Amino acid sequence: MGKYIEMIRVRFLMMLAYRTNYYSGILIYSINIGAYYFLWNAIYGGKGEIEGLSVVQMTTYVAVAWMARAFYFNNIDREIAQEIKEGKVAVEFIRPYHYLMMKTMQGLGEGIFRLSFFSIPGMVIVGLIFPIEFSAAFSTWMFFMIAIILSFIVNTQINLLTGVLTFFFFNNDGLIRAKRVVIDLFSGLLLPISFYPGWAQDVMDFLPFQAISYIPSMIFTEGFTGSAVWEAILFQLVWVIILILPIQALWVIAKKRLIVQGG
Amino acid sequence: MKHATIFLLYVAQYMKTRLTYRVDMLMEIMSDLLFQAVNLIFILVVFGHTDMLSGWSKDEIIFIYGFFLVPFAIFGAFFNIWDFNERYIVKGEMDRILTRPVHSLFQIILERMELESLFGVITGIAVMVYAGKQLDLTLSWYDPFVFLFMVLGGAFVYAGIFILLASISFWSDSRTSIMPMMYNIGNYGRYPVDIYNKVIRFVLTWILPFAFVGVYPSAYFLGREEWYGYAFLTPVMGAAFFGIAILMWNIGVTKYRGAGN
Repeated sequence: MGKYIEMIRVRFLMMLAYRTNYYSGILIYSINIGAYYFLWNAIYGGKGEIEGLSVVQMTTYVAVAWMARAFYFNNIDREIAQEIKEGKVAVEFIRPYHYLMMKTMQGLGEGIFRLSFFSIPGMVIVGLIFPIEFSAAFSTWMFFMIAIILSFIVNTQINLLTGVLTFFFFNNDGLIRAKRVVIDLFSGLLLPISFYPGWAQDVMDFLPFQAISYIPSMIFTEGFTGSAVWEAILFQLVWVIILILPIQALWVIAKKRLIVQGG
Repeated sequence: MKHATIFLLYVAQYMKTRLTYRVDMLMEIMSDLLFQAVNLIFILVVFGHTDMLSGWSKDEIIFIYGFFLVPFAIFGAFFNIWDFNERYIVKGEMDRILTRPVHSLFQIILERMELESLFGVITGIAVMVYAGKQLDLTLSWYDPFVFLFMVLGGAFVYAGIFILLASISFWSDSRTSIMPMMYNIGNYGRYPVDIYNKVIRFVLTWILPFAFVGVYPSAYFLGREEWYGYAFLTPVMGAAFFGIAILMWNIGVTKYRGAGN
């Protein structure tokens, strides 16, 4: 266990080295949230609410969705693909840890870094400029914490899956790019799932993506209340468990058919 | 003449390498298409809940998006220099470029070409044709030529901004993630600028003139006469920004000292 915690620490310190990146990072996120703020204001026009969200809740939703993204987002799929292509992964097999677990921990190190130096200060800045409602209820914050941890796990699992697929496709840059676009759309980052037409919502109920962004953001904006919160968290948990299976299966097959390309 | 020959040689070489990895190229085109679809879905879903966006209808917004895709595709195919800093400055590739007798920026453009992005031209035109049909737009004989000028203007606005940003690397060689930021800001030029507040509108028009890649030129084709002045400025802004960018680049190159020891 200690070695995994060490991974988190090392990655956290690595991130600290690229200082300019987080100043510009906060700026990127603020500008993004700002533009969506104006866009949503125009979309709402004079309407009081759309699909149960008021315009202030919508601004909060956008802000929280982007700030939560800083925590769950990582590039471990790219890193895994790179290490597979360079043949470094062969060495990883004989090391005394589980390779995928180690990658997850590195992603977590990045996530904790971005959450503390990026999301929290960013949220303060955005909160000063735009009308955002923070809930006063302790339970909302607690459920939100649980939900973003689960969204980190689901997103990381999907990243592991796309990363490991490099074993089978050799070069999967296209797949990684496609995955990112699909997640932005179906996770609820750009649009709350409740805005989609009914049939699309039904389809998305059978996919893991809304566990990534929609659920934590809805919990934070109190778009979900009462038993809906519990159901949403259960939804995330179920996907965390389901996704272990294909990852593990692919990993076992990949180990058997490992072809080292050079190195 | 020399430049044209070099360009064609690079294109031929590019086709050869691309056709060797066909699946890869197909995946890239697919993911580009998916990216374009996502933005379209965003517009469609949003207009499921509202009829007008500050006086612009759904089909008008779709038309603007279609237009935007065309200059953006040209930009993506030839000015794919978002990793210039890392590739050429940090890794020292610029040294190699500068030993050759062809303009440095021209060489970099050729090396980083991504011709499959041009596929976006087709999607863009298809989207425009669809929206144009819904809006009953009619074309005059000179409209295709106007379109060409506007598209080139838009592509050069984009290119100018990104070359300017790349030129910064000659003075400061630390890594920054300013380039991805610009990609995000570029998207805002797609929506009618009257939805933003004055400061943002000013920035999108005169400082980072992304509005000239989407909403302004589209206003001409949509017959929105109140924006005609801005629409016809598009080629001028393109030429001006591109010119300034080349000037900055040329000054920047003289400041380049090489990486490592």
